[in-house]
Amino acid sequence: MNYRGIIAIYRFEMARMWRTLGQSIASPVISTCLYFVVFGSALGSRIDKVEGIEYGTFIVPGLVMLTVLTQCISNASFGIYFPKFTGTIYEVLSAPISAFEIVLGYVGAAASKAIIIGSIILATASFFVELKIAHPFYMMAFLVLTTFTFSMFGFLIGIWADGFEKLQIVPLLVITPLTFLGGAFYSIKMLPPFWYKVSLVNPMVYLISGFRWSFYETADVPVGISLIGITLVLTITLSIIYWIFKTGYKLKP
Amino acid sequence: MDTVLSVESVNKIYSGGFQALENINLSINKGEIFALLGPNGAGKTTLIGAICGLVKLTSGKITIDGFDHQRDFRSARSKIGLVPQELTTDAFERVIDTVAFSQGLFGLKKDIEYVDKLLKDFSLFDKRNNKLMTLSGGMKRRVMIAKALAHKPEILFLDEPTAGVDVQLRESMWEQIHCLKERGVTIILTTHYIEEAEKMADRIGIINKGKIVQVDEKKSLIKRLGQKTIQIAYDGSLEGQALQDLQSIPNLKLDGQLINYEYQSTSAVEEVPKLFKVLVDHKIPFSEVESKEKSLQDIFVDLVRE
Ligand SMILES: Nc1ncnc2c1ncn2[C@@H]1O[C@H](COP(=O)(O)OP(=O)(O)O)[C@@H](O)[C@H]1O
Ligand SMILES: [Mg+2]
Repeated sequence: MNYRGIIAIYRFEMARMWRTLGQSIASPVISTCLYFVVFGSALGSRIDKVEGIEYGTFIVPGLVMLTVLTQCISNASFGIYFPKFTGTIYEVLSAPISAFEIVLGYVGAAASKAIIIGSIILATASFFVELKIAHPFYMMAFLVLTTFTFSMFGFLIGIWADGFEKLQIVPLLVITPLTFLGGAFYSIKMLPPFWYKVSLVNPMVYLISGFRWSFYETADVPVGISLIGITLVLTITLSIIYWIFKTGYKLKP
Repeated sequence: MDTVLSVESVNKIYSGGFQALENINLSINKGEIFALLGPNGAGKTTLIGAICGLVKLTSGKITIDGFDHQRDFRSARSKIGLVPQELTTDAFERVIDTVAFSQGLFGLKKDIEYVDKLLKDFSLFDKRNNKLMTLSGGMKRRVMIAKALAHKPEILFLDEPTAGVDVQLRESMWEQIHCLKERGVTIILTTHYIEEAEKMADRIGIINKGKIVQVDEKKSLIKRLGQKTIQIAYDGSLEGQALQDLQSIPNLKLDGQLINYEYQSTSAVEEVPKLFKVLVDHKIPFSEVESKEKSLQDIFVDLVRE
């Protein structure tokens, strides 16, 4: 293993975050505050408790997921897309570092950033509502699994994209709608039976439900299924990445 | 002589079906400067990319210091440094960080002393804390060389190191490349400037349309393929038998007070004395003799035309 190589890539990617520290942290914090002002304070008082939880409190896990998913994908996709775009990728591709190690460096950095930002949002949220985390260990496990999975997914998008627009398309057209419809701000049990069933094909439901369970022990779907689901997606993205490096798809002509 | 790099029967067909390399065989000696000379689109960058792992091979085998470039890619790649043709740098990185990054990427511990030494060697030391985007093109190129040398490679690839570089800078680049050779680094450079190959290389490989047309010592390449010209200035006038005898020598032209005689260097021993015999036999007074070799430019044009 070329550990120093992995660390070099990781540090390089993290340095990008520190350089844009204000922007990296300010924008998720501000948007979280906005959500709380709108949904928590302004509307929340008129919304009933959901599953016995105050609405403002109920949305925290979904809110964290929404931001974390977007962050993972945008950081990881940009992280690999940009060197591909400028040409600096040549150095990584000609270094004595394996595909797995390269992915670990880039994806590890994107996941770390997302975890840092997720924690900041939780901290911000605790100023607005009373947070309780019933299963901190599972909470972290969900967070880590999710960030790695979606950072890898972002990495894939970055390799696949051949223009800046394509980087935006997937998060904008797929991830954000699925997260909103996946029960980030409501319990899908509140939906009419038909839409409830439709929602069950949305992978975000399992993600958000599992994550919320680690906070409040209420879930839309069984926690075991959530864990299996995430692991499955993780395996699929890993296999695709493996195939990409094996064939050189979009990386080596 | 020790071979540090061997390329055997390498073919590259790009996904569109275009064959960029055709049955390339090449072996590079330890410590030499090898110039890969060819016009634009000949396949120079593709060949370097294939060796360094940037381009997938269609078929063939590449061995770097005894290591297969795919199977033993870690050992193979740690021996080589690459300076690509395009200037590509991370705009927001500092000079010193980007060179240290290269060390890390190659699995080495950060060695700031060595980074500083490299930066001094390439006159970049006073810019070490500058962001890359504040550097000129020539400086960026030198940063890229410093990055490629950061892990002390045995073989350095320079893809068109002086393309688009002004004359003064080009000469200092040549000097730096020679210094590297003195330190024992094997250097493989590509160029489409004949002058550069002529000035720098120990051996030259000529590549055209994806094929290696010729590989030889620079000197013997010129000698073997070289046509030479002898120019003799004579006094007085030429007439009668003397004129006839001279005109009967093939490839000889008279031009005022000058005799221009072209001959193949391989047949010099038979041909040249004939000319002088005529001059001496007819007592033609001549004062100046000049001989010229064909330049690589001419050789190259001949080869590529075939
Ligand atoms: N990624 C690619 N896909 C298809 N053709 C390519 C690709 N890269 C280079 N080529 C073609 O291969 C040939 C050799 O290119 P290159 O190796 O860059 O030449 P050189 O470096 O000698 O100028 C050119 O005709 C070029 O158009
Ligand atoms: Mg080229």
